[in-house]
Amino acid sequence: MAMILNAGQIAEAVVSLAAQIREGVGESKFAIVGIRSRGDEVAERVSALLREAGIEHDNGMLDISLYRDDLSHLEQNPKLQSSEIEFPVDDARVILVDDVLFTGRTIRAAMDALTDYGRPRRVELAVLIDRGHRELPIAANYVGIALETERLDHVLVRLKNTDGEDAVELVKHP
Amino acid sequence: MARKDFLDIASLSREEVELLLEQAVPFKELFTRSVKKVPALKGKSVLMLFYEPSTRTLSSFEVAAKRLSADVTVFDVPHSSVVKGESVKDTIDTLQAMRTDYIVVRHKQAGLPLSIARQTRASVINAGDGAHAHPTQGLLDAFTFKEVFPETDGRRVLIVGDILHSRVARSTCTVLRKLGVEVAFLGPGSLVPRHVPEGVPRFTDYEEAMKWKPDVVYLLRVQMERLDAPFFPSLREYHKVYGVTEERFRRIAGEGTYIMHPGPVNRGVELCHAVMDYERSLIDQQVENGIAARMAVLYSLKPGGER
Repeated sequence: MAMILNAGQIAEAVVSLAAQIREGVGESKFAIVGIRSRGDEVAERVSALLREAGIEHDNGMLDISLYRDDLSHLEQNPKLQSSEIEFPVDDARVILVDDVLFTGRTIRAAMDALTDYGRPRRVELAVLIDRGHRELPIAANYVGIALETERLDHVLVRLKNTDGEDAVELVKHP
Repeated sequence: MARKDFLDIASLSREEVELLLEQAVPFKELFTRSVKKVPALKGKSVLMLFYEPSTRTLSSFEVAAKRLSADVTVFDVPHSSVVKGESVKDTIDTLQAMRTDYIVVRHKQAGLPLSIARQTRASVINAGDGAHAHPTQGLLDAFTFKEVFPETDGRRVLIVGDILHSRVARSTCTVLRKLGVEVAFLGPGSLVPRHVPEGVPRFTDYEEAMKWKPDVVYLLRVQMERLDAPFFPSLREYHKVYGVTEERFRRIAGEGTYIMHPGPVNRGVELCHAVMDYERSLIDQQVENGIAARMAVLYSLKPGGER
């Protein structure tokens, strides 16, 4: 198991994400919505940096379990957490945030979940890591780090509030 | 590994009960969205097999299944070939051929949901079998209780009425006790089982029961169809002795005691009209929570999974 990103590199990626978003949104109002779990923690960090820079915005969190397309194939359904979308989604500019972008299926689910709260004017995607191998026509607008991986590799992200430390490991498929 | 069926509360661990209650919370939160539906059971079919009449439980399950995007079929038993003498087994074989994923069953015979569960790959949910169990009612009651009292241990619930014939009393008592709640029974001596679970006080007198200081008074519905039974007093007599009368209501309200009832309420029997507007009546919440609790149950099961 190889550690490919340490805490410092993760922090740099978050700073880069925040800077890209800042440039991307310009003067418009927007909301940062993290996808549970871990996407919410990345979102919190990005939000904190934006607030430090004096950029106000709305926040939210989505649990996408009920929107997954693989529930029939699981032996046990994932544990649900609450979604927290307190701002009006109708006509909002929403930036979805996740830790890893891989097949794109989570993002498809997140878009479906989000649009059940209203009709956003625009939806964008920010990810800490883009590891490639999409199975749906989905791309990120803001990327912290792009990683070259094999389809069957595992990218394990650990974040402080969720897992006790910041680290990204690559588990190679044997 | 997920369970296949949901047949009673007794076989669940406290952890399993707590998890189901926890999972009901995000489902309830969906009800405030403009779109109340989620796609979790898209493409799945749920069959309602009610051999006993029910409006509330049937519609609650139906709404729960539809909000999970399942296709719902209500098997109309009174008009079906069941009245022509088709056995339950034949019915199940027919339904099995329809490849239904979930069967919600109510029957007057205790244990029937279990025997159906053994004969089918579908997930079976007990919606009430005889005087045995009504586990989703127990779950929604526990969920409603926990919303008011998040720390359940050591709280007290007084269940009032025909305990002996009530599957609600049995399931609700079982689930509350799993959560560390103290439960007591109040009812006519002939309608409280002689053998109550250990540690459950039995009262026959209202005053005595109220001195026990319950946090919630849970009134069972008087089943009108039992009124002709010799051990049942008249409605007026029942109200006077075991109902929440105006006078008892003043005392209950004064002490801030909560009131629950599985519905539908017989006004003037289990409780007086004034209780319907009482701010600590949880009866409306019970109805709403029933949908969330049943969604959590449907979501927790896996058809074809381990029994």
